[in-house]
Amino acid sequence: MMKKSICLYFQVHQPTRLRLYRFFDIGKDSHYYDDFANRTIMRRVAQKCYLPMNALLLDLVKRYKGAFKVAFSISGSAIEQMERYVPDVLESFRKLAATGSVEFLSETYYHSLSSLASPEEFKSQVLKHKEAIKKFFGVTPTAFRNTELIYSDEIGKMVRDMGFNVMLTEGAKHILGWKSPDYMYSDPIQPDLRLLLRDYSLSDDIAFRFSNKSWSDWPLTGEKYLSWLKAAATKGDIVNLFMDYETFGEHQSAKTGIFDFMRYLPEIVLKDGTLEFVTPSQASKKLKPIAPIEVPETISWADEERDVTAWLGNELQQDAFHKLYALSDKVEKVDDSFISSDFGHLQESDHFYYMCTKFFSDGEVHKYFNPYDTPYEAYINYMNVLSDFIIRVNDAYSELGAKFADKSGGAAKSPKKAGKSDSKGLTRPAKITASKVVIAKEPASKPAGKGASASVKKAKAVAPKAVKTKK
Amino acid sequence: MKVLMFGWEFPPHISGGLGTACYGIVKGLAYNGVKTLFVMPSATGDEDQSETQIINASDVAVNTESSSVDEFLDKVRFIRIGSDLVPYVAPNEFPSVINEERKRQVTDFRITYGHKYKFSGKYNSNLLEEVARYAIVGGTIAVRLNDQFDIIHAHDWLTYMAGIAAKRLTGKPLVVHVHATSFDRGSVDQIDSRVYDIEKKGMEAADRVVAVSDLTRNIIINKYGINPDKVVTIHNAVDFSGRENLNIDRGVKDKVVTFLGRITFQKGPEYFIEAAAKVLKRVPNVRFVMAGSGDMMNRCIRHVARLGISDRFHFTGFLRGQEVQKMFSLSDVYIMPSVSEPFGISPLEAMRSSVPSIISKQSGASEVLKYAFKVDFWDVDAMADEIYALLKYPALSEFASHQGYDEVNTLKWNNATAQLKQVYESLLR
Repeated sequence: MMKKSICLYFQVHQPTRLRLYRFFDIGKDSHYYDDFANRTIMRRVAQKCYLPMNALLLDLVKRYKGAFKVAFSISGSAIEQMERYVPDVLESFRKLAATGSVEFLSETYYHSLSSLASPEEFKSQVLKHKEAIKKFFGVTPTAFRNTELIYSDEIGKMVRDMGFNVMLTEGAKHILGWKSPDYMYSDPIQPDLRLLLRDYSLSDDIAFRFSNKSWSDWPLTGEKYLSWLKAAATKGDIVNLFMDYETFGEHQSAKTGIFDFMRYLPEIVLKDGTLEFVTPSQASKKLKPIAPIEVPETISWADEERDVTAWLGNELQQDAFHKLYALSDKVEKVDDSFISSDFGHLQESDHFYYMCTKFFSDGEVHKYFNPYDTPYEAYINYMNVLSDFIIRVNDAYSELGAKFADKSGGAAKSPKKAGKSDSKGLTRPAKITASKVVIAKEPASKPAGKGASASVKKAKAVAPKAVKTKK
Repeated sequence: MKVLMFGWEFPPHISGGLGTACYGIVKGLAYNGVKTLFVMPSATGDEDQSETQIINASDVAVNTESSSVDEFLDKVRFIRIGSDLVPYVAPNEFPSVINEERKRQVTDFRITYGHKYKFSGKYNSNLLEEVARYAIVGGTIAVRLNDQFDIIHAHDWLTYMAGIAAKRLTGKPLVVHVHATSFDRGSVDQIDSRVYDIEKKGMEAADRVVAVSDLTRNIIINKYGINPDKVVTIHNAVDFSGRENLNIDRGVKDKVVTFLGRITFQKGPEYFIEAAAKVLKRVPNVRFVMAGSGDMMNRCIRHVARLGISDRFHFTGFLRGQEVQKMFSLSDVYIMPSVSEPFGISPLEAMRSSVPSIISKQSGASEVLKYAFKVDFWDVDAMADEIYALLKYPALSEFASHQGYDEVNTLKWNNATAQLKQVYESLLR
């Protein structure tokens, strides 16, 4: 009989925390980040978790000659900070990648919620991340995990369209009903897309409960945990243990024995012989989907609700989110590396998480990760930063229009690159020069004739060149 | 003429307008030849004493002779027994506690005899306790300095008890100065009856009650039942000495409309937000700033988010020192939509920075300012109209800016305190 599978995946992410940004800074200072906090935290987590745990995993992979496998997903934001502050961590991940027993997953570069806002932005971030993983770790990801395991049928379609055939998400009770998370499922609309669902109970036994002395099963021993894994696996095919990598050494400190537990676990699992370790991509080849599973409403791995209300649950979060993504078109057209980078960092899901007002149910967890005293402070600070960013984007955008008008010889040719969202992209004509206003009106009035659309298309082709030559 | 003045705070350590006003009054009185001994609960030593002598109540030992404790208590016992300051006693248990309390006070005094009491001078939870202690220390100071003053002057309810004690012990006339009443601090159902009682007692015991505006004078007469004959209005002034208008390089090109003050119900912050939303529908290149903090802040933030104007409506949090000046110098329009404002000094400061101001008709300042724009606090349409006009018609905003600047420069404490001196003189005649 085929051995049952255990799939371990660890999420590695650090947000790019924003500095205290006052109203007085708007329009004057466009450095948004708290470099000190980001450096301090990255270095601390590297010492407590990334370095010792990577060394431990490398040791295990080597000792069991490939029988022990894990998967990582590392956000681009975390990679940037590692490169800047703790390059030896990157090196240790590279060593893990070189063993061939460690899979690196695909995600959005900025650990963003772009899958909920803009398909274009989502795709471009996934591509950016793919390139970064290739560059830093020498591997090309083939399995996808979205920020915070956010998933819906719609997102599944976008992921499939990008060529992935396996995706990780949450085994949320409200979508599974009586079904077990311990099987491979498929997307009902995209049957080619296989879904691995997190077994949140067994995952949280390690991630949340491991050191909790009031937990009736404390202390968690390897033998006890193995018996639970086997119980789950006999009923199913695969147990998916997905958790934050910072669980090891940071959330659960070394003195809780978490490292010893992880060192011991593969030994008894492999000795027992009924279970084997797989990575997500291997699982998708090994197993057959047992059933399609429909997810019309978006799910995630957060909080009791397993939805996206931790990031977009209140009016503050929604407002900030909409204000940010309203800039997508302009940012794309401006095509400036600094603006694009800031736009990406402002999309990190953490900024919206800090504005969460659900303090009553999961306040403890939220508080732990939150640099702000109140969600209101988080919102004000974010909006101050965003206000400055909006000014920069608008200035760059009108400059682009002016330059283009010069190059193309005036108002006759439209500088618009993408006709589809013209009206959206020009909500503030007051900022745009006189010649530009005339142009702006052109697509909006939509002559609908063949000639008109041709001129738009032509402009579309010319525009990028015009932008690039000025650099 | 010399005045024993009881205050609660004095620059540079102030948490509200009271300390600033006291400073202006003391300086103005000095100009008019009136000397002041200024008593405050907790002085730090860096107060400007050029115009007055600061007496730190925390440095004064209660030096009543042991033998005369009973005598002293006979005169000041109302401080604790007659007011609601006995902690945790419900009104119905009150009479039975009196005798016990008297015994306790005698012991208390023996214990604190010769000891100093360290006041925090802040507005914290022990406030009522501090107010009572301040009264005891205030009485002691009055007795000790009996030959050095002619008049007692107490600012706001925190010091009324000290003023009453001083009057009882020395027999000298008492003036209480009402900068704000309980009705300006909370809506009617939120009024702290203990504070109201102290206010009422102070006003009743006083020989004259000074109100900072006619608005406040009417409240004193109607809500506290004080005889109109002894209530006089002396409008606040503002002291701009040593102040240079800052020239700040602006970060944002847009026009800025500013609200600056505590974000509480009385200040009408939500009317400002509503007006801002209306203006933003018409004028794209304007920003609104709500500077300050307060118990309505979070509600206001949600309100702004719901209206979807957060990219044009900013919060700064509490502003300190120079930042206030900086904020004014970045502003094109200042707005004070207060629901109830005894006076309201901030529009004067704005106008001094050449910023045209819109103020609510429900503010004391509207009684003296001719060149401020006045609207009812609830009339957000009118408010939006005024903002729009000031943003769009340069002739209007320049006029308001110049005239307003000249106007506030005439509102001097020297003039206001001349009136105050007349009040003193009428009591000494």
